[in-house]
Amino acid sequence: MSETSVAKKARPLSPHLQVYRLPLPAVSSITHRFTGIALTVGTLVLTWWLVAAASGPDDFDTAQHVLGSPIGLLCLLGWTWAFGYHLLKGIQHLIWDTGTGITNASARRSSALVFGGSFVLTAIVWIAAFAL
Amino acid sequence: MAEFSLPANSKVHAGKTTSVKTSATKRAKTFRIYRYDPDKGSNPTEDRYEIDLDKCGPMVLDALIHIKNDIDSTLTFRRSCREGICGSCAMNIDGRNTLACLKAIDDVKGDVKIYPLPHMPVVKDLVPDLNTIYAQYTSIKPWLQSQSPAPSRERLQSPEEREKLDGLYECILCFCCSTSCPSYWWNGDKYLGPAILLQAYRWIADSRDEMTGERLDNLEDPFRLYRCHTIMNCTQTCPKGLNPAKAIAEIKKLMVARAA
Repeated sequence: MSETSVAKKARPLSPHLQVYRLPLPAVSSITHRFTGIALTVGTLVLTWWLVAAASGPDDFDTAQHVLGSPIGLLCLLGWTWAFGYHLLKGIQHLIWDTGTGITNASARRSSALVFGGSFVLTAIVWIAAFAL
Repeated sequence: MAEFSLPANSKVHAGKTTSVKTSATKRAKTFRIYRYDPDKGSNPTEDRYEIDLDKCGPMVLDALIHIKNDIDSTLTFRRSCREGICGSCAMNIDGRNTLACLKAIDDVKGDVKIYPLPHMPVVKDLVPDLNTIYAQYTSIKPWLQSQSPAPSRERLQSPEEREKLDGLYECILCFCCSTSCPSYWWNGDKYLGPAILLQAYRWIADSRDEMTGERLDNLEDPFRLYRCHTIMNCTQTCPKGLNPAKAIAEIKKLMVARAA
């Protein structure tokens, strides 16, 4: 009996992420989580920007300078995309919660749409931001 | 907590190469197969077998049987029916879980990589330990339960009621789906996984079963049911073309409906 449990403990774990070719809906799913994490960080930055705006012109200038720098703009671009992606993926989940669209073909199509749509939303926001 | 890399004793090392030279090497194919021998105590390896496809049948299982019969008799794997109905030869082939007997060798581009079902304790080579998942299957009481007295004849169903079991009763419990599911990888001790949840729904959807409420009670749990995040790997990989993700979605809908 004890011999069996020792042998069991020593059993190796078979490879998982190392060997699995993730299908598009799975890639889309993990991206949902990553964008969620990015948005949490982005919300902290937004809060910092608002606090700076409330603290006076000098602080606000600093915040504007940091966010307006090339790296700042790149981060903002990333957060805009993360927001668009997270939003569209959320809508996909709402539809899935009704039991609709849960088939292989439909999931692949809607996941591709979420990816494509997120880039379109990002483009719209940035074109609007710079055109206005 | 999810652990994304393999424990030290599970890391796969490079293994030996066995080449079977043939006169006409046009139909040569390399199989890279996960090997683990519990008697050696060393890490698993990925062994290479260069074989002649003219020596075996068209399916990956045919190649495995050819290797075991003619090249390396120590290769260990489960197989029985060789026609996709027993579920024994479930394994990870070319990065996806499927039945070796239903996977054509020609469908794999390049080397054929064969691993055991992912994120499972390995007994030997391609044989995973299925004890936990069988215990989870037992936990959903996969049999017809009724409270009303037994009728003097069969419990009848209308054709419509019977139709609700289509896409559920065909499951052969090969566990390709559960072992493809990242949620099951990270929380397999508490989350039931797609195969077991599809089976749970098979009894919930059965008009003759009278324990629907109790079955739903048993599933109403942050882990047992709700670790499903609709990643859809289960449905993508099912070698029988079933839809566990949809069955789980139906269970979730019933949970909401009865709470309302």
